[in-house]
Amino acid sequence: MSDASEMITLTIDGQQVAVAAGTTILEAARSVGIDVPVICYHEATTANGLCRVCVVDADGGRLLQPACIVPCRAGMVVETRNERVERSRRTILEMLNSAVNLAEAPAIQALLDDYGAQPDRFPAAEKRDHALIDDNPFYVRDYSQCVLCWRCVQVCAEDAQYTYALTLDHRGFETHVSTAFGVPMLDSSCVFCGQCVSVCPTGALKPKIEFGLEQGWTLEQIWENTRFLKKNRRKSG
Amino acid sequence: MAEMTRLGEIVARYTGRGRDALLPVLWEVQREAGFVDAETALSVSRTLHVPIADIYGVIGFYSLFSDEPEGETVIHVCTDPSCGLAGVDSVLDGLCAQLGVRPGETTADGRYTIKRSTCLGLCEHAPAALVCRRGEGEHSHAPVTDSETLLNGSRPARAAVVGGDWHVFFPGVEPNHTESLAQYGDYAALRHALLALTPEQVSAEVEAAGLVGRGGAGFPTGMKWRFTRGAGGQPHYAVCNADESEPGTFKDRVLMEHRPHLLLEGLLLCAYAIQARYAFVFIRGEYPEAAAIMETAIREAQSAGLLGERIMGTDFSCSVEIRRGGGAYICGEETALFEAIEGKRGFPRIKPPYPTTHGLFDRPTSINNVETLCAVPAIISNGAGWFRQWGTEKSTGTKLVSVSGHVRRPGVYEISFGLTLRELLEGHCAGFVGEPQAVLTGGAAGTFLRADEIDVPLTFEGLQAAGTTLGSGAVMVFNTEVDLRDVLRRLGHFFAHESCGKCFPCQLGTRRQMEILDRLAQPLPGDAERLRDIGLTMSEASLCGLGQTAAAAVLSALRKWPALFAAGS
Ligand SMILES: Cc1cc2nc3c(=O)[nH]c(=O)nc-3n(C[C@H](O)[C@H](O)[C@H](O)COP(=O)(O)O)c2cc1C
Ligand code: SF4
Ligand code: SF4
Ligand code: FES
Repeated sequence: MSDASEMITLTIDGQQVAVAAGTTILEAARSVGIDVPVICYHEATTANGLCRVCVVDADGGRLLQPACIVPCRAGMVVETRNERVERSRRTILEMLNSAVNLAEAPAIQALLDDYGAQPDRFPAAEKRDHALIDDNPFYVRDYSQCVLCWRCVQVCAEDAQYTYALTLDHRGFETHVSTAFGVPMLDSSCVFCGQCVSVCPTGALKPKIEFGLEQGWTLEQIWENTRFLKKNRRKSG
Repeated sequence: MAEMTRLGEIVARYTGRGRDALLPVLWEVQREAGFVDAETALSVSRTLHVPIADIYGVIGFYSLFSDEPEGETVIHVCTDPSCGLAGVDSVLDGLCAQLGVRPGETTADGRYTIKRSTCLGLCEHAPAALVCRRGEGEHSHAPVTDSETLLNGSRPARAAVVGGDWHVFFPGVEPNHTESLAQYGDYAALRHALLALTPEQVSAEVEAAGLVGRGGAGFPTGMKWRFTRGAGGQPHYAVCNADESEPGTFKDRVLMEHRPHLLLEGLLLCAYAIQARYAFVFIRGEYPEAAAIMETAIREAQSAGLLGERIMGTDFSCSVEIRRGGGAYICGEETALFEAIEGKRGFPRIKPPYPTTHGLFDRPTSINNVETLCAVPAIISNGAGWFRQWGTEKSTGTKLVSVSGHVRRPGVYEISFGLTLRELLEGHCAGFVGEPQAVLTGGAAGTFLRADEIDVPLTFEGLQAAGTTLGSGAVMVFNTEVDLRDVLRRLGHFFAHESCGKCFPCQLGTRRQMEILDRLAQPLPGDAERLRDIGLTMSEASLCGLGQTAAAAVLSALRKWPALFAAGS
């Protein structure tokens, strides 16, 4: 492991860049104003290299490198947007769009435009459909909009809250976020801190009030549907 | 009620254990009850101090665990390529018709659930099934000849087919039984190492022999051991990767079923070389016989003082534990395997850091394939030069290959590196059934060769030059009667079923690839281009080796037989 105080130099898109050892390619690129797209990456959560739209070409290697997690190496030559990179990013975006409802993910929509992703690139493709889950007074969950960035699961666990209400169920394309045995949020260990809602990059997790306004609820209805104590009291008596 | 008590007793026995006991306890509960209910999961959560949500996530990750009741007997029928060639589709259809269910369903009387399965590692006896009986346990069943014997729980005998040049792995006669400790004899190589060699000398000898890993990645074994031994932080772990789930690969199963002590001796030599106090053998859940045989061998070795405390009266102590996988190909990837042992979902980790410094429980770990470890005792007994008398400079010694499909004598063959693929198939395997069309080497993650390309020498470098790979040593042969589109379709289903879902290219790409391969008979315009983009994206941008190779066979078929992908052919 190199000493973190040590400075190293690399080339990004033809530009010489000097950074502290241990800096990721993403941070180095951003430091000189080069934009690398991200979906799963978030400053407040552990980066797991999931979405791979941040991949760049490093030294022409066989594999593209996820910029959000790969540290810079001295003398590295990085191309952030060549043909291989574009193909991977575009294809990932097209596949994502074929599987997930991205209507309420404007940042991802902008990437689709930027990379010339065809919205109907994959005809007859199965979508990840899930019914909206409205099981608590604080937020609703619509996993047909979930891109599986894991942020909600992570902030609920070691990245912030240590509450462990959420997990991933199944695997592969069938993977989805769930409580233990799919119980309603109120029966889980959830403490309604709202951190998951705040880090969700799509419309998958939404505050109940916002959801109510979108549905055209009256103030009275919003009041009725978003009060924890009132609802509980009614249940028990 | 009685059942709840039995489950309670099972869980209670795990008091004081940690998260790494999760797979073992889930296996026991699953076997006893046929599924893991929420109440039992909660008591497991309290006993092992693991969040209930995490336990649920683990149950959902593995194919052999269920969170809801299924039939008393669950039959997993393999539908991967080798079983496909052996006519498994009509077997499955017949079975389902007889029971009045479709694959994935349970009979109305609750007695049977029928499921499709990925490769069960019994390809030389295809078609194959795994039978899980509630309250009793699991057994494999191959070949499946008729529904009746499958349903009544009988277990057809399967004689090993092992051929080739027996030097390293199968000295002497063709194995037809499990070798006991008495038959295997003393662990002479281990004794020699413990009494006369330093750990450094052991790994140096293995390095000098040029032994490289046989699990597919081809990393030099002695070097791996040297790195691990030198890494800071105790304890060190020695892990045997017996997850063998690459379609068409069954050599590790044959080694474990017939020569369990050879594997244990190799594992202990590794443990000594890296100075590990603990060793694990991670065996795929679909190998119940191999797991039972290894358990017995461990007990035998323990009573003979060959493993455990102060082995052979020396200062060296090492325990060996078995862990059974829950049904997930990805757990053969070394870091996913560590996660599985640690009681988590089998997600591959980001590398670096590598296992030699941050492996099992984040400690320095050497993980080696079954075959790799089985080569070690003979190297230590006879020396590096002896091993090098076979093979080439870069591919030393002998290698086990698993041959299935259209050859007269499918089985495991020990070959000297350098033999050509044609010599293997026409010589050892007694020739083809029908006219050969294509050979898939390296399993589902491998690439196709045309029938006119099989003069290639079986060496790491030879196959690489031919643009293909030896991988795990799987060789699947397809004759001209086979529609390769059917083979591609099965491979597509395999990867879509086995992607862990962690990274987007593979999680999405394996599904989109499968959908297109499913409609190859009537492709949509642009499908070949779609397959190419998906394939290159998975190959270049995926997180682990699964996604990076999930399109290898498809991309090679696109190059070699473009007509397969054209409309109206
Ligand atoms: C998807 C995937 C599956 C793998 N499955 C196995 C396996 O079943 N057995 C195995 O020994 N190695 C498997 N490997 C390779 C291991 O990651 C690792 O390289 C190997 O266990 C190291 O042992 P070796 O050096 O003796 O080959 C797999 C790799 C990947 C990417
Ligand atoms: S619900 Fe939102 S935060 Fe959670 S994984 Fe899905 S997209 Fe990410
Ligand atoms: S490549 Fe596939 S198996 Fe590997 S981490 Fe990504 S999704 Fe999982
Ligand atoms: S932002 Fe790097 S993998 Fe998602």
